[in-house]
Amino acid sequence: MARTDETTGIRPDDGLSAICARYGNRPDALIEILIDIQDERGQVADSDIATIAEALNLSRAEVHGVRSFYSDFSTTPKGRCVVKLCRAEACKAVGGDVLVGAVEKRLSAKVGETSPSGDVSIEPVYCLGNCALAPAAIVGDRLIGRANADMIAEAVVEALRD
Amino acid sequence: MTDPVTIWVPCDSAARSVGADMVAELLAAEAASRGLEIRIKRNGSRGLFWLETLVEVEIDGQRIGYGPVSPGDIPGLLDAGLLSGAKHDLALGPVEEIDFLERQTRVTFRRCGVISPLDLDDYAANGGWVGLKRAISMTPSEIVEEVLDSGLRGRGGAGFPAGIKWKTVLGETRTPKYICCNADEGDSGAFADRMIMEGDPFTLIEGMIIAGMATGAEHGFIYLRSEYPDAINTIRAGIDIARDGGFLGQDILGSGRAFDITLRRGAGAYICGEESSMLESLEGKRGEVRAKPPIPAFSGLFGQPTIVNNVLTLASVPMILSGDPGPGGYAALGEGRSAGTQPFQLAGNIRRGGLVEAPFGVSLRELIEEYGGGTLSGRPVRAVQAGGPLGAYLPEHQLDTPMTYEALAGIGAMLGHGGLTVFDDSVDMAQMAQFAFEFCAEESCGKCTPCRVGAVRGAETVAKIRKGEDVDANLVLIEDLAEVMVDGSLCAMGGLTPMPVRSAIAHFPEDFASSGVE
Repeated sequence: MARTDETTGIRPDDGLSAICARYGNRPDALIEILIDIQDERGQVADSDIATIAEALNLSRAEVHGVRSFYSDFSTTPKGRCVVKLCRAEACKAVGGDVLVGAVEKRLSAKVGETSPSGDVSIEPVYCLGNCALAPAAIVGDRLIGRANADMIAEAVVEALRD
Repeated sequence: MTDPVTIWVPCDSAARSVGADMVAELLAAEAASRGLEIRIKRNGSRGLFWLETLVEVEIDGQRIGYGPVSPGDIPGLLDAGLLSGAKHDLALGPVEEIDFLERQTRVTFRRCGVISPLDLDDYAANGGWVGLKRAISMTPSEIVEEVLDSGLRGRGGAGFPAGIKWKTVLGETRTPKYICCNADEGDSGAFADRMIMEGDPFTLIEGMIIAGMATGAEHGFIYLRSEYPDAINTIRAGIDIARDGGFLGQDILGSGRAFDITLRRGAGAYICGEESSMLESLEGKRGEVRAKPPIPAFSGLFGQPTIVNNVLTLASVPMILSGDPGPGGYAALGEGRSAGTQPFQLAGNIRRGGLVEAPFGVSLRELIEEYGGGTLSGRPVRAVQAGGPLGAYLPEHQLDTPMTYEALAGIGAMLGHGGLTVFDDSVDMAQMAQFAFEFCAEESCGKCTPCRVGAVRGAETVAKIRKGEDVDANLVLIEDLAEVMVDGSLCAMGGLTPMPVRSAIAHFPEDFASSGVE
């Protein structure tokens, strides 16, 4: 990876500028830009902040502040497959908490952690809008209703295969 | 050669979450291998989720339902004569005549589950664009007048009359003005916005265009949460298709009027469903709430006059403007100042979960027992949380409350976004009270102290009560804290978090009575 300029903190372009340019370098599109960076690179790293700030004409503090506010952005790489388990009321009403325990055991990671292999991260989520078919989980972009640990583990295997 | 038989399989994400895609694929493959001519169309969901995957076969213009269909059922269904609507254990008869659906009054959801979501022809053939075309021939004041006359109130939770918001923005002379659709449906127990966006996206788009025509706004934003990837894809495609069809852009249907829509995604912050926080987020900032006044109608997005309406509010506008049911007809459906219909969402521990659009005034008991069929577990209903995570927990004896804004406020509860989450008698209400505080602590934007600190202290204090530590004194502390949060918070997040907590303590004191409290 290219070296960071010591005085400005800006790294030579490594694709970030292109993502910013996709949105016309508009500062109001910062969240869209961070979503794309997170999707495409698996994280929004500390070292990305200066480049984004420069492109959008924002301060580094502003970009950092936005990144740290929204839970979708991570500062370290997530697992190749992200499992989100709903922790909200409708899922709790039909055994959501029990499901969490079973999935943690099955995937060898706790909520908020990545498995030792780096394959799977488990995250909490507050409502996936599948409350009539609770408990709900989402593996990558695949929503699962009336979820159990077997179904989630199977979806993880499929996601990692793709 | 005969025409292929049309079979509808939902593409709604909840239906997909229980295998609808596989049902569609296997149906196509199995029919092909048998030499049967079928045409599979994908619809939104009817909202009868316990029947998903709900397969519908179109015979002489009538749709015959089968459900819940698993991929393994398909050979047997075809053997039995699915294509001619034959009898089968999963046969439900004509879908429109299923009791759960037949007794509803579908206005906002009239097309959801009926049409192919992104098919402009389907949309137009089912009453689409009628409202917009009428609006084009009207003056802005006339459009606003109809929305006022309909009595339509904000479906996001606050229930503020939509027409008054629109009138205020129309009266502002500063431009540009903006229409912001709040599609950050974060409440647990709520999924109506998602269903409309996935099942009938053009109705939302049409409602936003009409809002633009009514107020002189030429740009709209849809703020859609990242937890809804399917809705994002459908709305994104819908905007492009509408633009290609001449419904968005510089000259809408030759009217000389301009309006366009930008989709913006959320990034996992519940607070961004609060309107001022959503506006901050739309500006690319941290989703911290703004102090009010000024209200967004005067100073909203980028400081400009802005309408912020929920998905369901905007999606109801085309029906009001179309004359079916029209402003008077819509207002007549409800009860008093709760005009029109409300899409209720039956969620959690419920046997027949799904979407019930009914006139205001229907009782909670009718919704939970008659529509919903009681709990999924078969155990008694102990509590129903109405209106999402900031709503009250209602006990069995309050189930006869009519569902209106006024009646719910009268018992210290709220309608919110219309989500109803059912719990059976295994629920620990002290645990749910603790969760209410924990959720607030997790999702607070942090701007004001009562919410940011109060939520943390509240969770700690309920935890102590659950362990039996100084129960009486700690309950007094909770009440004190609740008062501070209600009176001192900047927005509804801190201001309403005490609602589930207080209602849990008031109605289920036995769960908080580790020592000496009745």
